[in-house]
Amino acid sequence: MYAKDAIGERCAIGTTDEITVEGIGKRFGSTIALDDVHLTVPRGTVFGLLGPNGAGKTTLVRILTTLLRPDHGRAVVAGYDVVHDAAQLRSVIGLAGQYAAVDETLTGRENLKLVARLYHLPRREWGPRAEAVLERFSLTDAADRPVRTYSGGMRRRLDLGASLVGRPRVLILDEPTTGLDPRTRMELWVYVEDLVRDGVTVLLTTQYLEEAERLAARMAVLDQGKVIAEGTANELKDRLGGAVLEVAVADPKDLERARELLVGVGSGAPSIDPARNTVSVAAHQDAQVVLDAAARLLQGEVPLQDIALRRPSLDDVFLALTGNRTAVEPAAAQGPKRWGRRSS
Amino acid sequence: MTEDIAPVRNGWDLGIRDILGMAWRNLVHIVRTPQLLVFSSIQPIMFVLLFRYVFGGAIKTPGGDYVDYLLPGIFVQTALFGGASTAVGLSEDLKQGIVDRFRALPMARSAVLAGRTIADLCRNVIVVLLMVAVGLLVGFRFHGSFVADIGAMGLVLLFGYTFSWVFAAVALAVRDPETAQLAGFLPIFPLVFASSAFVPVQTMPTWLRDFANVQPVSVTIDAVRALVTGAPVGHWLWQSFVWIAAILVVFVSIAISRYRTV
Repeated sequence: MYAKDAIGERCAIGTTDEITVEGIGKRFGSTIALDDVHLTVPRGTVFGLLGPNGAGKTTLVRILTTLLRPDHGRAVVAGYDVVHDAAQLRSVIGLAGQYAAVDETLTGRENLKLVARLYHLPRREWGPRAEAVLERFSLTDAADRPVRTYSGGMRRRLDLGASLVGRPRVLILDEPTTGLDPRTRMELWVYVEDLVRDGVTVLLTTQYLEEAERLAARMAVLDQGKVIAEGTANELKDRLGGAVLEVAVADPKDLERARELLVGVGSGAPSIDPARNTVSVAAHQDAQVVLDAAARLLQGEVPLQDIALRRPSLDDVFLALTGNRTAVEPAAAQGPKRWGRRSS
Repeated sequence: MTEDIAPVRNGWDLGIRDILGMAWRNLVHIVRTPQLLVFSSIQPIMFVLLFRYVFGGAIKTPGGDYVDYLLPGIFVQTALFGGASTAVGLSEDLKQGIVDRFRALPMARSAVLAGRTIADLCRNVIVVLLMVAVGLLVGFRFHGSFVADIGAMGLVLLFGYTFSWVFAAVALAVRDPETAQLAGFLPIFPLVFASSAFVPVQTMPTWLRDFANVQPVSVTIDAVRALVTGAPVGHWLWQSFVWIAAILVVFVSIAISRYRTV
């Protein structure tokens, strides 16, 4: 197990996998939350786990952080098996999540010292560790105020900081910026990028494609408990054939008709974005596609505002991968670039 | 950042330190929200005044003043109701997701529950002492030996601690602070009122009296009452200990096994 001779292994950063998930499955009653999931995350990299609500992201996070046992399969994090070496694993991982799991009544400093204490660090370390985290996350001024007086962004920073008190080798972030305003979100990204420079391996779940694209070197798309795609953002975009044909209709009433007419054009199922009055479909970088589409729409008497081929966004990738289902719950539909922003 | 790997050690000393860490955290809550303590003390004080001055005159107790009969019942009732704060605190932690953080830390798995119940025990010490003071003000007096009186108060607190685990198990089952408090009181209410807490059981119908004579709240109150009035404790004391042991065994195991799977 390489955790025991970490010094020798450190030379091999980037070549060894820090997280290995092999055939993990989990069901709750008759619901299959995870179905034969395989993943590997190289040491010192950020891996993004994307998927709509209910895709199984949080279940996987809970398994990797020993909060939940898998029904079958095996997962090894930082050299420790999540089931058999759970106790040792807990001392080398950090978990921060969407709930900002910090104590409201304690001050920021007290929260961090408590976590240091529960990591079984020597008493003389509690203060300095807390201080270092407070400084790093610009919370020194608020350190001695109860957390209930903190803003949402400060709480998330403290939560992220609390997960670093034990100086984990692997950091697991479960939707770290869900519910934050765009500015605070970007601030938090800078902190995460900073951590990665220190060599921490990060597994990040998110619903924000922008977030994955910015932070994660590689990503996997989880849908209904299955990994349906894995790769870098560019690799995923290439899977769409390199381009997207986008048609803007003059009248929103024609959207559905346009979608029907475009079936068979390009390399995927066309989908509608009602917000932008467009229908888009994956295609090869080939002008012929534009001509085909234009001819069909002309024949179908759908007036157009615009028609163009463009480089696909991650949005397009997910839409193509997860099909036409509306993926996101309405209650969660806030913020930019979320799942299911488009429906068809 | 990856240089230091927190040492992995196991053992009783670390488990106890984790429990103390969690207890400290919960005690800070109690100290920083004194208003909660104040308001949770008002209800038992009202009970004392109500029974001492409103109902008390109409209740005939064999030998001695009613106030000496009443207060042991009040002490046990107060300690018992104090257990509800375990349910509220624990389910709030579950709701806010902080329990997930604790469970992902290399701390003893029992520390969240043990730290919580121990903090609530400390809270109960304050509330019970307050009730003793209120009792002395309305005419209650200790008549037992010093050791017996201290022992009686110890029994009251131990009994309250036992029911903290009942409330903990309920909280882990229902997962919502308000529901946990209401659900926790369901079994507590009949146990407190169908008991010898406020009135002698002799006037109850036979079926109720038979229940009241053997149930845990009655035997504990009778034991406490015997201790503070200097009467022989008879079979009450050991029956109370049997109940305490049985309830602890059952509810500590339920709470811990539920905690592992939340």
